[in-house]
Amino acid sequence: MGILVENISKSYKNVAAVKDISFEVKPGELYGLIGPDGAGKTTLFRILTTLLVADKGQAKVAGYDVVQDYKNIRHSVGYMPGRFSLYQDLTIEENLNFFATIFGTSIEENYDLIKDVYEQIEPFKNRRAGKLSGGMKQKLALSCALIHKPKVLFLDEPTTGVDPVSRKEFWEMLKRLQQKDITILVSTPYMDEAALCDRIALIQEGKILEIDSPEAIVKKLPKKIYDIYASNMYGLLTALKDFEHAHSVFPFGEFVHYTDKREGFDSNELKIYLENKNLQDVSISLTEPDIEDVFMELSRK
Amino acid sequence: MKEENVIISKGLTKRFGGFTAVDAITFEVKKGEIFGFLGANGAGKTTAMKMLIGISNPTGGEAMVAGFDVHTQQDAIKKNIGYMSQKFALYDDLTVAENITFYGGIYGLSRKQIREKRTKLIETLGLGEIAHQLVGSLPLGWKQKLAFSVAMLHDPQIVFLDEPTGGVDPITRRQFWEMIYKAADEDTTIFVTTHYMDEAEYCHRVSIMVAGKIEALDTPKKLKEQFEVSSMNDVFLRLARNIE
Repeated sequence: MGILVENISKSYKNVAAVKDISFEVKPGELYGLIGPDGAGKTTLFRILTTLLVADKGQAKVAGYDVVQDYKNIRHSVGYMPGRFSLYQDLTIEENLNFFATIFGTSIEENYDLIKDVYEQIEPFKNRRAGKLSGGMKQKLALSCALIHKPKVLFLDEPTTGVDPVSRKEFWEMLKRLQQKDITILVSTPYMDEAALCDRIALIQEGKILEIDSPEAIVKKLPKKIYDIYASNMYGLLTALKDFEHAHSVFPFGEFVHYTDKREGFDSNELKIYLENKNLQDVSISLTEPDIEDVFMELSRK
Repeated sequence: MKEENVIISKGLTKRFGGFTAVDAITFEVKKGEIFGFLGANGAGKTTAMKMLIGISNPTGGEAMVAGFDVHTQQDAIKKNIGYMSQKFALYDDLTVAENITFYGGIYGLSRKQIREKRTKLIETLGLGEIAHQLVGSLPLGWKQKLAFSVAMLHDPQIVFLDEPTGGVDPITRRQFWEMIYKAADEDTTIFVTTHYMDEAEYCHRVSIMVAGKIEALDTPKKLKEQFEVSSMNDVFLRLARNIE
């Protein structure tokens, strides 16, 4: 009762938004679609929630075909679109009541499921949705998407523009929802959130670059990554890009992540090169790659 | 980075009725510094930034930005700073070249200056082939780079960037930061807000606002030492936890 996507394609006029995408989300899985704006994430969500018909391919959600059984899907899924679907002029409680009524249920009936999320905003239940902070809107939108007890939950960039504290709390809530037998497909441009999913699909320009668990994906990176530090960041970046053996050079926090074209890499040679460029406090050390490194390596090709 | 301060804020405050959005913030930013201005949603960052760029009147305290007073010289501030917000101010219905010309005119550059800037900018950004395409048709990453360059068109002393990198892919995000490093290397001061904590590590110094006050201000390295954690994300979580 998860999600099955087979060879789905969708174009808008001459722009191909989704190109022959296939993947499977197992029942109860927390599955991440990881990619930047324009990767095709929202198009895919709209196809799976039956709001858009694909040009090619087929898909099933909770056992139902997205074209033939669209009505069943609409009763079985919750969808939190990237732009909030809330009514700005209704209060928190009115919004939630509205969504409950549409699905023929009530807040009381499924309170158990939303309790964890809704409790945090309940003290403000008479405040209009338009007057809420980003983090509170996000919690209300999630409550509304959950109120009819969906089997599958679609969350399209729920944490974009949200600060790190609220993002962390949001992911903790998702983990708890997963325990209640809800299959979750979530998209995000934040690579650090990818690590919190059971499996992820890295997606760019309508194509899937890789699918696996976050742990397995980082192991697939063929290159060794080095943390390089120098006191002048811009000077360091410029010097590394000019280095003839450089494969990739990317700023990464206080370091530059560097990969070398050669099999045998001698960090002393690079250190001397950098010091000759008048860079100070140079240090080079091997480091563990993360999902962002993998994404950048795959999307270069 | 130079020793000279280009932003000096002393007790800068903004109250809306009984609510204090910005509560007496005091800090300095140096010429050529990349200064990260962080805080949770609703901590007061945007309100503080609006006062610094001269579009909102402080209700208390004082601040000098690019040598001008935020109370009395707001027009002079606007001429000496650049501003880029998450929602770009570029016109989708104008071409790349037309957008540059338009903003050059707004900033009061002469026709000759505009022509020179336009040629140089299109060349450095590698936009030659698409100079006459509508901006609306460009990928997000290009729009960001163009928006940043347009904000720098009049050679401002300081550029304010309000969450400039939301939504782009990790490579484009880094290319954008390389533009920031380059500008700072050429002594332009960068004042930037972001929700990406790895980007906080790219800044020379970082301030973290909590409920209207600056609760921490130092280099990323010293902040991590102070809070005994390994990343800026953890520093942020320590400080801003339980604030809605």
